[in-house]
Amino acid sequence: MNWLPPNGALHGLAIDHLLRWNLAVLFWMFVASQVLLVAALLRRGASSSAPGPARPRSFAAVVLVDVLPLVAITALYLWMVFTSHKLWAESRESMAAPHAIEVEVTGVQFQWYFRYPGADGVFGATHPNLINAPAGNPLGLDPADPHSADDIVSAVLMLPVGRTVDITLRSIDVIHGFSIPGMRLKQDAIPGMTGHLQFTPTVPGDYPILCTQVCGLGHYRMQARLQVVPQTVYDQWLAARERALAAESRP
Amino acid sequence: MNDANPAVTRRSLLSRLFTTDHRDLAILYFFLALAAVVLGTLLSLAIRIHRVWPALAFPFYGVPTPEQYLAGVTMHGTLMIFFVLTVVPQSAFPNLVLPAQVGTSRMAFPRLNAAAFWIAVASFLVLLAAFFVPQGAPISGWTAYPPFSAIVAAGPGQGEGMDLWLVSILLFCCAALAGSFNFLVTIVARRAQGMTYSRLPLTVWSWLVSSALTVIAFSALLAAAGMLLADRHLGTSFFLPAGEVVNGIQQRIPATPGSPMLWLHLFWFFGHPEVYISILPGMGLASSLIANFTRRPVLGYRFMVVATLLIGFLGLGVWGHHIFVSGMNPYAGTAFGLTTIAIAVPSSAEVLTWLGMLFRGRMRLTTPMLFTLGFISFFIAGGLTGPILAQPALDAYLHNTFFVVAHFHLVMAMAGVFSVFAGIYYWYPLLTGRRMHETLGHLHFWISLVAAYGTFFPMHFAGLAGEPRHYAQLAGPVESFASLIPLERGITYSALLLAAAQVIFLFNVVRSIRRGDPAGENPWRATTLEWSPILHPIIQSGPYAYGPGAAPGTDFLPQWESTEISRKGPGEWEALPKQE
Repeated sequence: MNWLPPNGALHGLAIDHLLRWNLAVLFWMFVASQVLLVAALLRRGASSSAPGPARPRSFAAVVLVDVLPLVAITALYLWMVFTSHKLWAESRESMAAPHAIEVEVTGVQFQWYFRYPGADGVFGATHPNLINAPAGNPLGLDPADPHSADDIVSAVLMLPVGRTVDITLRSIDVIHGFSIPGMRLKQDAIPGMTGHLQFTPTVPGDYPILCTQVCGLGHYRMQARLQVVPQTVYDQWLAARERALAAESRP
Repeated sequence: MNDANPAVTRRSLLSRLFTTDHRDLAILYFFLALAAVVLGTLLSLAIRIHRVWPALAFPFYGVPTPEQYLAGVTMHGTLMIFFVLTVVPQSAFPNLVLPAQVGTSRMAFPRLNAAAFWIAVASFLVLLAAFFVPQGAPISGWTAYPPFSAIVAAGPGQGEGMDLWLVSILLFCCAALAGSFNFLVTIVARRAQGMTYSRLPLTVWSWLVSSALTVIAFSALLAAAGMLLADRHLGTSFFLPAGEVVNGIQQRIPATPGSPMLWLHLFWFFGHPEVYISILPGMGLASSLIANFTRRPVLGYRFMVVATLLIGFLGLGVWGHHIFVSGMNPYAGTAFGLTTIAIAVPSSAEVLTWLGMLFRGRMRLTTPMLFTLGFISFFIAGGLTGPILAQPALDAYLHNTFFVVAHFHLVMAMAGVFSVFAGIYYWYPLLTGRRMHETLGHLHFWISLVAAYGTFFPMHFAGLAGEPRHYAQLAGPVESFASLIPLERGITYSALLLAAAQVIFLFNVVRSIRRGDPAGENPWRATTLEWSPILHPIIQSGPYAYGPGAAPGTDFLPQWESTEISRKGPGEWEALPKQE
């Protein structure tokens, strides 16, 4: 079970634990069933096969052989669903944490863009008719909106360790799949809708971001990088980006 | 040879081609599926080879581009799911034996039935035409999610190729609907005297449920494909949101914006029942064949009927598990997780029943029985990862990884194909009067079994490592799955072996037409009516009267034969006790 990439998210430990015991139980059920099939295969010549009148089975035998395994399997499936629902509810069926860092993720063939709201804490308005990637406005930020002036658009997702992040998920062309395997995270970016995702990175490091919904000929190379860094490094990075932005907008 | 068998008597090729005879149609469907499976397999091998040797140039072709890779994936999925895994279990097999198994000599609507075949052929040809238009076949996968599939500029193949794909799907829906109406009415209205519902073989129960599912599910797909075509050409916006910018170019702004989510729901409302459409007939066949080859009745016939009905019914309510991570309401995810676990219960019940049946009586290890065991093996192997993927929390990691590819190739493709082989080996004498070669059959089975596990089992590990589907190359700019290449090469070698093993099967089919052992009447000593020498029997017994004491002096009572107590006279058969 060392196949999974190293986990770097708070909720990931529980997910990995759940996945591991699920896989272990189901793997042994698989082995047991295949052993039964092979046993049936080898048994065909056995003397027990001598024809004779079929004996009526006792009630106990019926319960033991027919009912009990099914009840046990059903109980197992239900246990899986209920333990897993707890995790799903914690991560998805809750409102964004009040002090979460806000980042908007936008998918576009074949690139991920990450937008930070800047010092004012508000994302500026965007318009599809302002989208112009060659001119440096891939998201269509509206210069007329005062909130957009300090918005930082990055090709790298930079996050401080230990802080919850609230991701707003968008796409401007086709459906993309926003996936960070190392954060045990995946959700589609659907054009015309905004999605929300929250998670807390706990282990500093670099994590690949993938596209997991076929989106065109460049699907396989639609990748980006998540960098989880200490808070001070994150603050410095943000400040540097703000300064660069200010320098850029000054003619 | 059996002269009563109309397919065996010599007739002109033309009269066989433009026929309304269901057995001739079954043969034609087999040819259609054969063409599709050969092409679909070659595409899958090209895909596998390109994944692990990305720089390799194919002879007379060159190195595939990423769009050619995706076109290959799209066409592989479309061919296999519609023209193989639907056509054989849900068209070819019922045409071959369904009327006989319910005790009639003709379908309820023979012309509609024949029309269904020719519409399916048209659908196939239109699909193939997509390879030959400029920019080639579509690249959006067999699920064709819009706006990718709705906007021509979204990629090569999304223009004329996508149009042809959609027209092909529309035609296939019509064929599937026409065929299923005919099967439904045939089962309900054309059963022989005495063929009560509780005397129907489980294959017929399966076709009853899968045909009902076809009517419901393919209607949804028909509507969805029509709406997508309208979005592309008639200016509607069922699936098109506002503010689409593709390749830097702003797209038409719809008067009333739609949502791609509608397609996701419509498509999977079709897509999930489709799994049961292709696997339920195999499940019914497995029950029948185990009963035959162990010479014991099906354990709990009524229980199996109820399980089949439950799978069909619940199968209509689980589609949301395909779109847990689409941003669908998380409470919906929880609900669909529960319905999915619910459907695992009747499925597990059927598996437990088969396992129980294997340990009764004396099993005859014929080729059809071997393939039935293979079917069960794969059904379990693929089925057991179902409860994992039914959990939204885990699917949020595993969705669209190779773990899912492993899951559905085992439970749908391999289980489906192995039950198709079981059916072909079992029913071959009906068409030729001869049996296929047993030793070659065993060889075909064992190589296929090992190669199929070798192909699809390691995909679980690639999926756990996070490797996504639809990647034309394993090495990307940030994340490289190149460390998985040794594993992936093993998969490719196994896939090549799996494909090569099918040459044994094709050779066996062809050689046995003339050189197979004469089968005689009822070669498997079966009870169900497709083996009946009598054209219009009156049914007095259940479908699985096997075992000591089933009939005096023998261990089975065919449904076309009378029991002693039944020799009372016509009209009194209703009062007889039902045997199961």
